[in-house]
Amino acid sequence: MKTLVFLETVDGKLHAGSLGVLSRAAKLGGEVAGVVIGSGVAGLAEGAGAYGAQVVYVADDARLESALPQPRVDVIAGLVTAQGFDNVLFAQSVLASDLAAGLAARLEAGVNWDLAGVEERGGELIGTRAALGDSVYVEVAWKGTPRIGIVRSGTYAAEETGGSARVENAAIELQDFSTAAVLVSQDRAEQSGPSIEEADIIVAGGRGLGAAEHFKLAEELAEVLGGAVASTRAVVDAGWYPYATQVGQTGKTITPKLYIGLGISGAIQHKVGMQGSGTIVSINKDGHAPIFDYSDLGIVGDLHTIVPKLVELLRARG
Amino acid sequence: MRIAVCVKSVPDAGSARRIDGGTKRLDRSADGVLNPYDANAIEEALRIQEATGEGEVVLVSLGPEKALDGIRKGLAMGADRVVLVSDDAAAGSDLVATSYALAKALERENADLVLFGQQASDSDGAVLWAAVADRLRRPLISQVAELTVSGSSVTGKRQTENGYDTIQAPLPAVVAVSDAINEPRYPSLKGIMGAKKKPQDIVSLADIGAEAGRAGEAGSKTTVLTLSPPPPRGDSKKIEDDGTAAEQIVAFLEEKKLL
Ligand SMILES: Cc1cc2nc3c(=O)[nH]c(=O)nc-3n(C[C@H](O)[C@H](O)[C@H](O)COP(=O)(O)OP(=O)(O)OC[C@H]3O[C@@H](n4cnc5c(N)ncnc54)[C@H](O)[C@@H]3O)c2cc1C
Ligand SMILES: Nc1ncnc2c1ncn2[C@@H]1O[C@H](COP(=O)(O)O)[C@@H](O)[C@H]1O
Repeated sequence: MKTLVFLETVDGKLHAGSLGVLSRAAKLGGEVAGVVIGSGVAGLAEGAGAYGAQVVYVADDARLESALPQPRVDVIAGLVTAQGFDNVLFAQSVLASDLAAGLAARLEAGVNWDLAGVEERGGELIGTRAALGDSVYVEVAWKGTPRIGIVRSGTYAAEETGGSARVENAAIELQDFSTAAVLVSQDRAEQSGPSIEEADIIVAGGRGLGAAEHFKLAEELAEVLGGAVASTRAVVDAGWYPYATQVGQTGKTITPKLYIGLGISGAIQHKVGMQGSGTIVSINKDGHAPIFDYSDLGIVGDLHTIVPKLVELLRARG
Repeated sequence: MRIAVCVKSVPDAGSARRIDGGTKRLDRSADGVLNPYDANAIEEALRIQEATGEGEVVLVSLGPEKALDGIRKGLAMGADRVVLVSDDAAAGSDLVATSYALAKALERENADLVLFGQQASDSDGAVLWAAVADRLRRPLISQVAELTVSGSSVTGKRQTENGYDTIQAPLPAVVAVSDAINEPRYPSLKGIMGAKKKPQDIVSLADIGAEAGRAGEAGSKTTVLTLSPPPPRGDSKKIEDDGTAAEQIVAFLEEKKLL
């Protein structure tokens, strides 16, 4: 088997998540290559050898500077066609997901996403994933090659084994439509603010709080419990609360002893960031909200009546 | 300006969702509803239409004929018409096959802007748009939490793992919106009454010039081998608030020695 791993670069470094997938790919056996795409990234390629890549292909070009998926589809499609890779693996990210799906269409190849594992069985690649909001576990496979897989973030740790890689240039032929979308500006969210990663108790607020000013309720509850306040992407995108407090796939991963969710539906992308919490309590007025599937105590009710009372009771306990 | 919105009918969150052990497909026998995340895409399309005071919003979907019952909500919200690709040969389509059939249907519509919702609540893939954009050979902006259309281009602001990116693309383009982009309107009574009379085209693969062998199970490149239940999570309790929820939470936290 010949496997190619997309090595995403962030802030001039190879992303740990993709190095984790590379480490896993190295254990699948066969030939393992990585591909680094960007502008001024050539120097990063060799480093991937230590994580199991025998060859690292580099596409270094000013037109590839922004982290946009479509020109990367052009590069990887060319590489897969020229080199005949059987597997193309990605560590899940906003960029990698769009890239993998675009590649699937370009190469008429199958893509399985949200993989919690990949293994080799009799020359075939087999993936495991949870489906339907993690309510069933599924073993998945591919018909034909290349097989494209997107591995759920945090699945594999990067393991340095100390090899070295041969570096080769990849051909860069970009389609007109691939370079039509351009990055206009970037707003790197400030990393300061309350640290939710160290807190033992987290009160997380979602869109069910109804308005930015109602985060006061979450803050009061967190204060009386001695915890910190976290949030969902929906409220961060709405500008209700800072990005530094976002939990989930594109935010932070937390493992507090206690997580209390207020008005959070519990979408899978939020769940992946908080499922390691010791005890999960949630309040949601919709009895069908997915968060109840993984709460130790689920309260179907209106947070606006329950939380003030809860704060009062906890204060009275002293 | 013509806006096509890709929408899907999904099992109601209230129904017990299951994958059929025989076909290994999602059991779609229960009534479907409009994928809640697609309401944001429809809302955004309607706002653009209202702001420019012209144009058309067409809903494009792939699914069984019954899917119309769920999708009609989009017409009730204000969309102008529906094109539903429905064909026995399209059943069991995975991403590569779905993107093929949808792209064929979209080519016929020739829309200036193709909108997608954030994710289908039954697949949680959040990837389909990228495959469709590649087939249509159009620029793509995904995960868009703020969208502006001006003249011949679109600008979207989106969150990534590293912060926010603002991306601009010329029209025609493909945009997938996040569920934070707007608050979808509720259909009015008048909207609901009027929805039934709006054009609802059910088309076959042949009608849209799609090869049957590239859609459905035949065109799919992924398979499901086995299904198994996840490991049980241990004791969990769910209660309806009867006015004592706060007391019950305190008692629970005490019992767990978390206070
Ligand atoms: C690629 C990608 C990455 C993503 N990354 C993340 C991520 O990192 N983190 C993240 O959180 N999400 C992420 N998401 C988004 C995720 O899918 C959900 O859209 C988001 O988590 C929803 O946030 P929410 O629960 O606050 O809002 P909603 O889903 O709108 O839920 C609000 C809930 O509040 C309840 N409610 C309303 N009023 C009340 C009341 N008065 N009392 C009690 N309950 C009430 C409602 O019943 C509802 O269940 C991502 C999505 C994608 C596609
Ligand atoms: N069968 C379908 N027909 C039309 N649009 C769809 C279909 N499935 C998914 N979509 C669109 O693609 C988005 C993402 O779906 P997914 O990638 O499956 O999570 C949805 O929000 C819809 O806009």
